[in-house]
Amino acid sequence: MRSPFRPYTLPDASVLAAHKSLIRSLERRGLIRGGLSLGALVMLTGCDVERPESVESALLAISRFNDRVQAWLFDPNRLAPTYPESMILRPPKFNAYYDVTEVKPVDGTSWRLDVAGLVAEKRAWTLPDLQALPQRSMVIQHICVEGWSYIGGWTGVPLRTFLERCGADLRAKYVSFKTADDYPSSIDMATALHPQTLLALKYGDETLADPFGYPVRLRMATKLGYKNPKWITAIEVTNTYPGGFWESKGFPWFAGL
Amino acid sequence: MRETMRPLVTAGRPLHPLPLRIMHWVNAVVMLVMITSGWGIYDDDVIIRGFHFGSFWRLGDWAAWSLNWHFAGMWFLAINGVAYLVYGVASGRFRTKLLPIRPAEVVRTVVDTLHFRIAHEDLTVYNAVQKLLYVIVILAGIAQVVTGLAIWKPVQFSGLVALMGGFQTARVLHFAGMAIIVGFLVVHVTLALLVPKTLLAMLSGGPRVGAQVSDKEELVR
Repeated sequence: MRSPFRPYTLPDASVLAAHKSLIRSLERRGLIRGGLSLGALVMLTGCDVERPESVESALLAISRFNDRVQAWLFDPNRLAPTYPESMILRPPKFNAYYDVTEVKPVDGTSWRLDVAGLVAEKRAWTLPDLQALPQRSMVIQHICVEGWSYIGGWTGVPLRTFLERCGADLRAKYVSFKTADDYPSSIDMATALHPQTLLALKYGDETLADPFGYPVRLRMATKLGYKNPKWITAIEVTNTYPGGFWESKGFPWFAGL
Repeated sequence: MRETMRPLVTAGRPLHPLPLRIMHWVNAVVMLVMITSGWGIYDDDVIIRGFHFGSFWRLGDWAAWSLNWHFAGMWFLAINGVAYLVYGVASGRFRTKLLPIRPAEVVRTVVDTLHFRIAHEDLTVYNAVQKLLYVIVILAGIAQVVTGLAIWKPVQFSGLVALMGGFQTARVLHFAGMAIIVGFLVVHVTLALLVPKTLLAMLSGGPRVGAQVSDKEELVR
């Protein structure tokens, strides 16, 4: 019986001759090798099985929904519990995306704090400028997303006071921070205006030590630890979502306590 | 056409009605998500020194995704859990199947079990130990939501945290609640596999219960 795959008219013999070397190279070995490569590719994609793109985007969508729920749960008038000064841990715990030995100290005399965005007065602040503003102290619990916590005592300028002095648009959505250690961060305006949100200059009664953010860091009683940038160099008031260091790696943005 | 009289029979409902089966399996999946993603979060800062779960047991390849799984799963756990509690109370299922639990019966069942006199022919009735375990795991589930709220929002729910004796205690309680639920799961799944008809009943609905033969007769044409 004639094979159904056999062409009715055979190609010109010269065509076969011209492609003889190519046809010879179609070895079974090549096919097997190709098959194995395909298999290996499937195995590689297998690394992603736990977090395929669709799952990742669904989880991030829920995380953004959770940000809105958290903003709704946040009571701007509710104060976090405070503790006696005797409970302050000295020195505080160090935490960053790198080791404490890699901290690069900031020179307080040449340091400037740039203010930008939706503010009336865009200018650079010096450390004495900030020290001259009204100060507030708080002894609060620092809670890390990992689960550990400690009691810390912080003194500095309430961020609300600072934003008011800058003539910031307090109806803007976000306040974002840039730091000397390349750790961008941002918070919602409601939290920025909370009385327990400080631009901290001191720990306990002493000037901030280098590993903990000298000359200025953010300390909020109502956010997880990773929302508190150290060595702040710039503040911007904005309506455009600024994100942050850990947020860009998948961590929740609001991170309210 | 002949006419006869026969007793009126009302067909009962399945042992596990459909809504209950759906809630059971939703809960099974969500519980596994919450437990294994919780292990991922736990491993970042362990409570018991030297005790890690390891990557095989964790949902989420690192802490950020374990957190995202946990904070996504919590909605499904809470909504499904509330639906289950409302159903259990409203349908009378909790009252008829889980109560009363008499201590003497619990002791007798434990003794019987240790002597391998464990009765499981009748799926429609729970023995005292089963009742006790189900009540414990339901309460543990509720406690997980409460301790979970406390460590998720320790400032907004600071009263709750104070009641538990602080953030770290709330965290340990949340961990202990997980341990109770996992302990229950080991027993629950082992017994379901040993007596497969219980597993099938949770899929198909199981035997019909509450069928009644009425005093009245109906006319059959």
